[in-house]
Amino acid sequence: MSAASQDAHHAHDEHHDDHDGAHGSLKDYVIGFVLAVILTAIPFWLVMGNVLPTAQMTAVAVMGLAVIQVLVHMIYFLHMNSRSEGGWTLLALMFTLILVVITLSGSLWVMHNLNTHMMPATAHDMQQMP
Amino acid sequence: MASQAHALTEADKDRFYLTKEHHPENGTLLGFWIYLMSDCLIFAVLFATYAVLGRNYAAGPSGADLFDLPLVAVNTGLLLLSSITYGFAMISAQAKKVKPVLAWLAVTGLLGLGFLSLELYEFHHLISEGAGPQRSAFLSSFFVLVGTHGLHVTFGIIWLVTLMVQVAQRGLGAEMKRRLMCLSMFWHFLDVVWIGVFSFVYLLGVLK
Repeated sequence: MSAASQDAHHAHDEHHDDHDGAHGSLKDYVIGFVLAVILTAIPFWLVMGNVLPTAQMTAVAVMGLAVIQVLVHMIYFLHMNSRSEGGWTLLALMFTLILVVITLSGSLWVMHNLNTHMMPATAHDMQQMP
Repeated sequence: MASQAHALTEADKDRFYLTKEHHPENGTLLGFWIYLMSDCLIFAVLFATYAVLGRNYAAGPSGADLFDLPLVAVNTGLLLLSSITYGFAMISAQAKKVKPVLAWLAVTGLLGLGFLSLELYEFHHLISEGAGPQRSAFLSSFFVLVGTHGLHVTFGIIWLVTLMVQVAQRGLGAEMKRRLMCLSMFWHFLDVVWIGVFSFVYLLGVLK
């Protein structure tokens, strides 16, 4: 088994054929699975056991662990690397991530701003309106 | 073809620089990846909608009142298990063993069905409690986001059954491996989206 996986890795480096980047060895899947289970169990434990003193800290920890788990899935299950398809998959991913960040942060920013300006206006405020 | 390119490189190393040049024979996998990225944008927009509307309860129930975390944990476990069983199917496919491929695909499909039925049970429970999608902006965005993910899983299962029939009939040729690879990417991608759902929607929704 380990010799076979060595071979697979060797072939992987040598030939950039069109299955490149999509192979996974048993070891990859098992490492990925164990990491994913740990990274899933911790946030559930944090929230269900009320471990951290404030909700805000828990929220930050949960989102941080989620980001790490996404990376684990990308590397061990989706077999992302900079070489697959000559780097085009990584480029597409980067582009998508930029759009995702713009969409999420932009929506939150704009809507937060809008909410702030929807506070009940006083008569004084109304006089200042253009 | 790859070995030819390799031989050429060895012979003409001083004349041609071919080692890192890459010409895929077909772009299916890259094309499918780009489809997944566009799907990722759909989910990003739904997540953004939920992020904006998720705290607008319209004096109705909040996530803390509604979400049943043990159920979500079981669901998460089912999807995670189905990811690794699909991985086992892919490993069997590399080894050209038809029967283990079919068996692992069947296990993956059953885990997917389990996930789906728990999700439908949860939806039914919420709607019968009066917390349907029309109750508040929070619930509308919740049902759209989680429902879209569930719809993807549904189509993934249909696709999986189709591939099982095809593998049983035609064996594991190059094109069948390509199809299995595409579904593999799709299935793992759904698991990645679910990480966002359980972290952002369920776990953060329960926090005050």
